[in-house]
Amino acid sequence: MIKVRNLHKSFGQLDVLRGIDYDIKEKEVICVIGPSGSGKSTFLRCINLLEEITAGEVFIDGVKINDPKTDINDIRREVGMVFQQFNLFPHMRVIDNITISPIKIRKMSQQDAESLARQLLEKVGLSDKANAYPEQLSGGQMQRVAIARALAMKPKVMLFDEPTSALDPEMVKEVLDVMKQLAMEGMTMVVVTHEMGFAKEMGDRVLFLDQGLLVEEGTPDDIFSNPKHERTKAFFSKIL
Amino acid sequence: MDFLGLRIEMFENIWSYRELFIRGIWVTLGLTAVGYVGGFILGLIVGMGKLSKRKWIYYPAKYYVDFFRGTPLLVQILLIHTALIPSMFGHSLGFFVSGSLALMLNSAAYNAEIIRAGIQSLDKGQMEAARSLGMPHNTAMKLIILPQAFRRMIPPLGNELIALLKDSSLVTVIAAGDLLYAGKVVAGAYSRFWEPYLTVAILYLLLTFICGKLINYIENRFSNSYVPSPRKSLKRFAVGGRTR
Ligand SMILES: Nc1ncnc2c1ncn2[C@@H]1O[C@H](COP(=O)(O)OP(=O)(O)OP(=O)(O)O)[C@@H](O)[C@H]1O
Ligand SMILES: [Mg+2]
Repeated sequence: MIKVRNLHKSFGQLDVLRGIDYDIKEKEVICVIGPSGSGKSTFLRCINLLEEITAGEVFIDGVKINDPKTDINDIRREVGMVFQQFNLFPHMRVIDNITISPIKIRKMSQQDAESLARQLLEKVGLSDKANAYPEQLSGGQMQRVAIARALAMKPKVMLFDEPTSALDPEMVKEVLDVMKQLAMEGMTMVVVTHEMGFAKEMGDRVLFLDQGLLVEEGTPDDIFSNPKHERTKAFFSKIL
Repeated sequence: MDFLGLRIEMFENIWSYRELFIRGIWVTLGLTAVGYVGGFILGLIVGMGKLSKRKWIYYPAKYYVDFFRGTPLLVQILLIHTALIPSMFGHSLGFFVSGSLALMLNSAAYNAEIIRAGIQSLDKGQMEAARSLGMPHNTAMKLIILPQAFRRMIPPLGNELIALLKDSSLVTVIAAGDLLYAGKVVAGAYSRFWEPYLTVAILYLLLTFICGKLINYIENRFSNSYVPSPRKSLKRFAVGGRTR
């Protein structure tokens, strides 16, 4: 479903991604781990073109996204993104945060969009917060709204960039639970995370990135119990 | 009575000119209002231009701001009134057109910087979130960025209003019938300077004071929180959030 070929990304002189090849299949949950600065966020951001791709190719459902002829906005509508810092729109109520893009971009009617939003809020356990403003929510609640907002576009794949890293520990679980539910419903997900528990439990494949290269990839069992590469071992010895 | 050379009875003469002063106040307010509204709209366009990545948009916007901030308003007023407008139309269109045009073009340059800074002060995550939902750049600007940026622009835009009100007195050089001009007429008629100009100063002070109060009021409505409370239901000024 997502095909990454020889993906390179540089910021000026700095080569952040140095040739990544990977295939993501439908309904797979891919967890991306690696040390800070290894290029995990950049990898994710290249998939919805928040970063311009320096070289290489990324295909989503056979469409080359970094083709000048491809409409970036069409691609992004199919790819949901959840950010570490939530990035809710503070000037809108929760429900408007969720309905704005279905209404403005998918041309859904106000009524349909609101009923969709209410379904999604129920799914993330926040039915009672529809009329609240983001500043009235806790971090965990904000992140769940952000997930609902992304889902409202009915994306084919969801990207998560350290969705729980900005949360107080007691709120991590409520967000991970929503993500688990999504995974079980068959959503294709790419998750950059430091939550090794989540990766072990929910990941179909785990990718270990270091210095812009895909060093090792495999099932969670392979990677966590039996890492082959020295750098993977060194990484685990530091964090575990 | 005589105090510092001030003659109280002179104020009686000024009182007899009250209609000139009242007209002057209206002219000053009119010039300021037209200059401010026009300057805001033009400033928005120029400010967005200064944020553009396209060079043919960025550079004209930059040179515009550099020119109008780098030359005295008094010179701009004279250029527009005595050179630009006569050469375009063959004759003067009156002080109000020249004066308000000059104020508008000048304040647009300052507003452009305020607007640019307001937009840039927002977390870039806001734009990224909007784009990641598939919004085109302009849609994201209109729905997500500008409503939030305007709120941050309120204090500097308020300062700009007061600055413009005071700067509007420079149009006196083209014999605009503004507030300062009224003082000048009386001063000339009686060859007395203390009382007429003191009156003018006090009237300007009154106007800036009222403007300041208005701005404070708007600032308070829009400070800190987006959550509407009964206190915040001033719909006419609603730039962010939904008021229901
Ligand atoms: N816009 C940018 N301009 C310049 N350098 C950047 C930019 N974004 C990222 N980088 C650099 O690219 C490298 C990889 O960044 P990236 O954010 O992808 O790492 P990461 O693996 O997500 O790290 P972390 O775990 O800290 O989030 C870092 O050295 C970072 O400083
Ligand atoms: Mg990162």
